[in-house]
Amino acid sequence: MANKLLEVKNLKQYFGSPNNPIKAVDGISFDIYEGETLGLVGESGCGKSTTGRSIIRLYDITDGEILFKGKNIHAGKSRKELKEFNREMQMIFQDPYASLNPRMTAGEAISEGFDIHGLYKDKKERREHIGNLLEAVGLNREHANRYAHEFSGGQRQRIGIARALSLNPSFIIADEPISALDVSIQAQVVNLLKRIQKERNLTYLFIAHDLSMVKYISDRIAVMYRGKIVELGESDEIYNNPIHPYTKSLLSAVPLPDPLTERVRERIPYVHEETDESAKLHEVLPKHFVYGTESQMNKWNKRR
Amino acid sequence: MTKKLLEVNDLKINFKTYAGVVQAVRGVSFELYEGETLAIVGESGSGKSVTSNAIMKLIPQPPGVYAGGQIVLEGRDLIPLSEKEMSKVRGNDIAMIFQDPMTALNPTMRVGRQITEVILKHKKISSSEAKDRALKLLELVGIPMPEKRFRQYPHEFSGGMRQRVVIAIALAADPKLLIADEPTTALDVTIQAQILELMKDIQKKSKTSIIFITHDLGVVANVADRVAVMYAGQIVEYGTVNDIFYNPKHPYTWGLLGSMPDLKNNVKEELRTIPGSPPDLIHPPQGDAFAPRNEFAMAIDYEMEPPMFQVSETHYAKTWLLHPDAPKIPIPEEIARRIEGYLKEEQDDGK
Repeated sequence: MANKLLEVKNLKQYFGSPNNPIKAVDGISFDIYEGETLGLVGESGCGKSTTGRSIIRLYDITDGEILFKGKNIHAGKSRKELKEFNREMQMIFQDPYASLNPRMTAGEAISEGFDIHGLYKDKKERREHIGNLLEAVGLNREHANRYAHEFSGGQRQRIGIARALSLNPSFIIADEPISALDVSIQAQVVNLLKRIQKERNLTYLFIAHDLSMVKYISDRIAVMYRGKIVELGESDEIYNNPIHPYTKSLLSAVPLPDPLTERVRERIPYVHEETDESAKLHEVLPKHFVYGTESQMNKWNKRR
Repeated sequence: MTKKLLEVNDLKINFKTYAGVVQAVRGVSFELYEGETLAIVGESGSGKSVTSNAIMKLIPQPPGVYAGGQIVLEGRDLIPLSEKEMSKVRGNDIAMIFQDPMTALNPTMRVGRQITEVILKHKKISSSEAKDRALKLLELVGIPMPEKRFRQYPHEFSGGMRQRVVIAIALAADPKLLIADEPTTALDVTIQAQILELMKDIQKKSKTSIIFITHDLGVVANVADRVAVMYAGQIVEYGTVNDIFYNPKHPYTWGLLGSMPDLKNNVKEELRTIPGSPPDLIHPPQGDAFAPRNEFAMAIDYEMEPPMFQVSETHYAKTWLLHPDAPKIPIPEEIARRIEGYLKEEQDDGK
């Protein structure tokens, strides 16, 4: 079994007033193993992006613990430790139009991290590294001197990826990295993400609402609903054998490029049942977890 | 035989910009019959939204120019109509549903008034009758407690509910043709499924024809009777939904199908992508616009534009590969396998 790279334990992220908080993430726990891709899916507002942002320390978490390589990331840290952490964990954002500074060339955007971390002081060495990164993501060395507006959406997302790779991280959080792109470009970017994962032994947290791409790219999938993980398991298992009614409903709504299936498609509506204190993640089958109370588990198991 | 509602003939739309004239739509022709759904698919910049806006005559002039062709609705060409005549067509004959329900609604106006406004403009009825009709519409599009919702503002509605309001407004004056421009792209999948169900339901009841613009092939398979695939301002393949999904002929359609992961047959191989990016339409390439991205391109593709070849009675494709003298290029293996899987499953179910 691969090592645990990231452990999230009972993570809570509340916003708003302490008396009446908005519970964006409400006590979730999961692990990410080295070299794997964990897909995080759910509808808008379910807390999937907040989870990603809490892990990379964009928010101060309300409660819980996040361990990265065994170290608590939110514990007090020196500047040096923080820098080290930032090197290891990077993020790819959704909108390649908003995430690049329009006044910087691609080369400047990619090499910003070099200055912060004092790497590659020699000009020639620096240019060499920028060029290598651009080539790694399928662009040309010459692109380093161009500005963001000179690139198409797909190319911009490649620059975003090169920037995330610039400090040789081991863990990348990709927050809806392909939602803003056209279908044919989505496939290019997904292939690229898979290729660099293999080459550099990267671990991904892939956040998306598009279940078909998530299933394709992920080894395991976590389904979120209203701030909780309701189902977690290997992606084929989740897809072929969903147990939680929300997962079933979500899967029944994904249209496939197959008209004969679509003509007879029946959507399964989801009715949310409030759960009490006793609800937790149950390991229903090996490595397949479902959230609910004992009585819900019995009910859902019978229906299967 | 159903009645032909709309016929678009060789439509050309240009935009004048500082950089030059952008030929956004370069000779698009299609027909639409009563009660059917035509899906137009393509990437951003392929001209699908410009085509639909052109039918509504919503192209701003300038910079837009109707450079040729006809848009014939029930025997009448819309292009020469004045703005005044056109405002009668809009809403009454053709209505539109937009992508983003938040920007399509007026945030300072109660939802009820936004619906009755349309009814009163197009129908000669009293305002209390209009209100009754609006309430019926809200019920029709599946909004619970219409009396209460009637008095609320758009911000009090969720995304899916807002899109239902937009649909209710579009249906207010019983249009014959509904143009839906990416109506579900901004919504979650579960909400998307509900809206698609709603649109199909309404179509069954009122025999409305729908032009559905989207880039999501799954959605196309769900809603469409016929499909037009657009690339670089032209329709490159045109046929029934089965033609396009089970017997695609154009390499661009192959590319679109191949770039979606195959969930059913559970293959984890690399996705087939379309290399490169779409052409610049200020200087459209000579010959077949798709040639530079086409791995099967032949010498002639760079010289002459291919005509529409007829594949079957319902199926057309614009590629030189269909010329009798062209080498026989079989459909790429991954896609062929996938289609086989879909069809086989259907057979197994049928037994």
